[in-house]
Amino acid sequence: MNLSLRAVLGATVALTLGGAAMAETTITVATVNNGDMIRMQGLMDDFYAKHPDIKVEWVTLEENVLRQKVTTDIATKGGQFDVLTIGTYEVPIWGKQGWLVSLNDLPAEYDVDDLLPAIRGGLTVDGELYAAPFYGESSMVMYRKDLMEKAGLTMPDAPTWDDIKAAAKAMTDKSNEVYGICLRGKAGWGENMAFLSAMANSYGAKWFDMDWKPQFDGEAWKATLTDYLDLMTNYGPPGASNNGFNENLALFQQGKCGMWIDATVAASFVTNPKDSTVADKVGFALAPDTGKGKRGNWLWAWSLGIPAGTQKADAAKAFVAWATSKEYLEVVASKEGWANVPPGTRTSLYENPEYQKVPFAKMTLDSINSADPTAPTVDPVPYVGVQFVAIPEFQGIGTAVGQQFSAALAGTTSLDDALAAAQQLTTDEMTRAGYIK
Amino acid sequence: MSRKVSATRKGIVTAAAWAVGFLIFFPILWIIILGFKSEGDAIKAPLAVLTSAWTLDSYHEVQERSNYALHFWNSVILSVGSTLVALAIAIPAAWAMAFVPGKRTKDLLMWMLSTKMMPAVGVLVPMYLMFRDFGLLDSRIGLVGVLTMINLPIVIWMLYTYFKEIPGEILEAARMDGAGLKAEILYILTPMAVPGIASTLLLNIILAWNEAFWTLQLTTSQAAPLTQFIASYSSPEGLFYAKLSAASTMAIAPILILGWFSQKQLVRGLTFGAVK
Repeated sequence: MNLSLRAVLGATVALTLGGAAMAETTITVATVNNGDMIRMQGLMDDFYAKHPDIKVEWVTLEENVLRQKVTTDIATKGGQFDVLTIGTYEVPIWGKQGWLVSLNDLPAEYDVDDLLPAIRGGLTVDGELYAAPFYGESSMVMYRKDLMEKAGLTMPDAPTWDDIKAAAKAMTDKSNEVYGICLRGKAGWGENMAFLSAMANSYGAKWFDMDWKPQFDGEAWKATLTDYLDLMTNYGPPGASNNGFNENLALFQQGKCGMWIDATVAASFVTNPKDSTVADKVGFALAPDTGKGKRGNWLWAWSLGIPAGTQKADAAKAFVAWATSKEYLEVVASKEGWANVPPGTRTSLYENPEYQKVPFAKMTLDSINSADPTAPTVDPVPYVGVQFVAIPEFQGIGTAVGQQFSAALAGTTSLDDALAAAQQLTTDEMTRAGYIK
Repeated sequence: MSRKVSATRKGIVTAAAWAVGFLIFFPILWIIILGFKSEGDAIKAPLAVLTSAWTLDSYHEVQERSNYALHFWNSVILSVGSTLVALAIAIPAAWAMAFVPGKRTKDLLMWMLSTKMMPAVGVLVPMYLMFRDFGLLDSRIGLVGVLTMINLPIVIWMLYTYFKEIPGEILEAARMDGAGLKAEILYILTPMAVPGIASTLLLNIILAWNEAFWTLQLTTSQAAPLTQFIASYSSPEGLFYAKLSAASTMAIAPILILGWFSQKQLVRGLTFGAVK
């Protein structure tokens, strides 16, 4: 009796152990629907070959749906996800809340020092790396070389806003539906305010001073908005207050824009002959400045973070390390070519002679390097973030201010009224949230 | 003397009806057209879209990327399941309110409807916490429960108005003949209310099929229905109109076909009761 019991127990233990060794860990990865992420889902064989015991389940969602969902899940410690795709806006806030697992213990061969300093800085809180960058983007000027030539102008590699104004004026031909410049006008913290906050930095404007007092009543914001409205009303497409990234992309691809200042990721779209009618006529330049030492380009990195509540941190870390590694870049290059490698995360990529042949590679790197999330504008500010302010209140405030500026572009409110309203609503919200004592 | 309707007048009315119908259907038609275009063509001006080449590329890509069958089955289970549970609760409830009303029945009905007036996002966090604690996140059973509850007020209201149209005398006669409560509901009331129940059932399936807040918030992969399938094809930065249109067409096709075949039932049911 005793003996048989022991035998049964022994067999059970052996089975359990054997089972555990064979067991597959399934991790759930929440991700956004963009080209580089979708491409990774097709290249998982390499990961499975290296980690046969880990299975990856994808949940792909539109960016805003995803943001709401993962925020709910992480705030309630729901544990639905093991890896989250989040941006440089979330990482500093969530890291500070203790919602993310620190990635400081990634293996040495990951070579964390190879990450671009500007990107790494945006994902680090108090010395802890809270997310690994999957791809980074900035913004830059995309322009039509043929139209510039026709107008007898050349675009400098590092233009000023005056250069942009002159070029927009020269290229505009409204009778043929060619508009000198297309910029974002649709209201939203990630829509027009991403562009305008970055543009404002180059004019020396800022969201808040060191006491968290809003600065929309200053001259710098007024100068920014005056030039923006001047450009858009004189040389922009009609109905621009409804245009976001996708609308401008469509206009540019159909040859209706002389210039477009937007995300560096657009470069691969507008130069793709399959989709773009102007694929061979596009030139690139850094985002403009006013000589004050900062350029009007933003910085964003879609990054992979691990929620603090997960039970599968080790498997999640293995996946994050693989997806953001140098080896993954090589996997993509071997299967889909260097132009399709996720850009903007690693120094070594830009030192690779093969990658240097990609037409927009250098301009993307220079753009990323000229943005500094810890010192976004001319004067010192108390916040982190180039085209946003990394505080939880910013989504609401940014969208409300964006609505004012979008209304000014649509002509339903004046520039001064829009700035006054922005100042008022931001002051109210910041006082309520306790930043302004 | 019968009223004469001139041919021109009839023609104008018919044309106007068709125009309104086309206007309402146009967005859906446009989605279907875009699904058969390439991404580059889909963002062209409307006329250029129509003249560009037709292709099945988007459908191929959607098939490759997503597990349509899983999402489809989840949608079927959630919509049919929640509707059946709701009917099982609502038929006795509506019977009670229609045939043995109390002093507060009207208030009760209003109160039930008022629960629909609260924005869903207001209870997102408490709901999420409950689902987490009961282990119901990403489970079909949890979602069937939620969908049942959010549609229950409408189901009860619709059934209540249908039942009100049935003369109480018939039920009284059944009672005189010795029918018990169960027999009365099952064999007398239900058969007479079949058109009303059928249209309630159809409408509720459509509502549950299209529900896109809770089904997105409370599922991740295993229980995710077609709403999530669609949401995975949208993006703030990128070319996705054609793929999104193809995915949307695949998601609405089953319910569109169901609606087509049950059109008669739906119209009859909706114009029969007091819900007009």
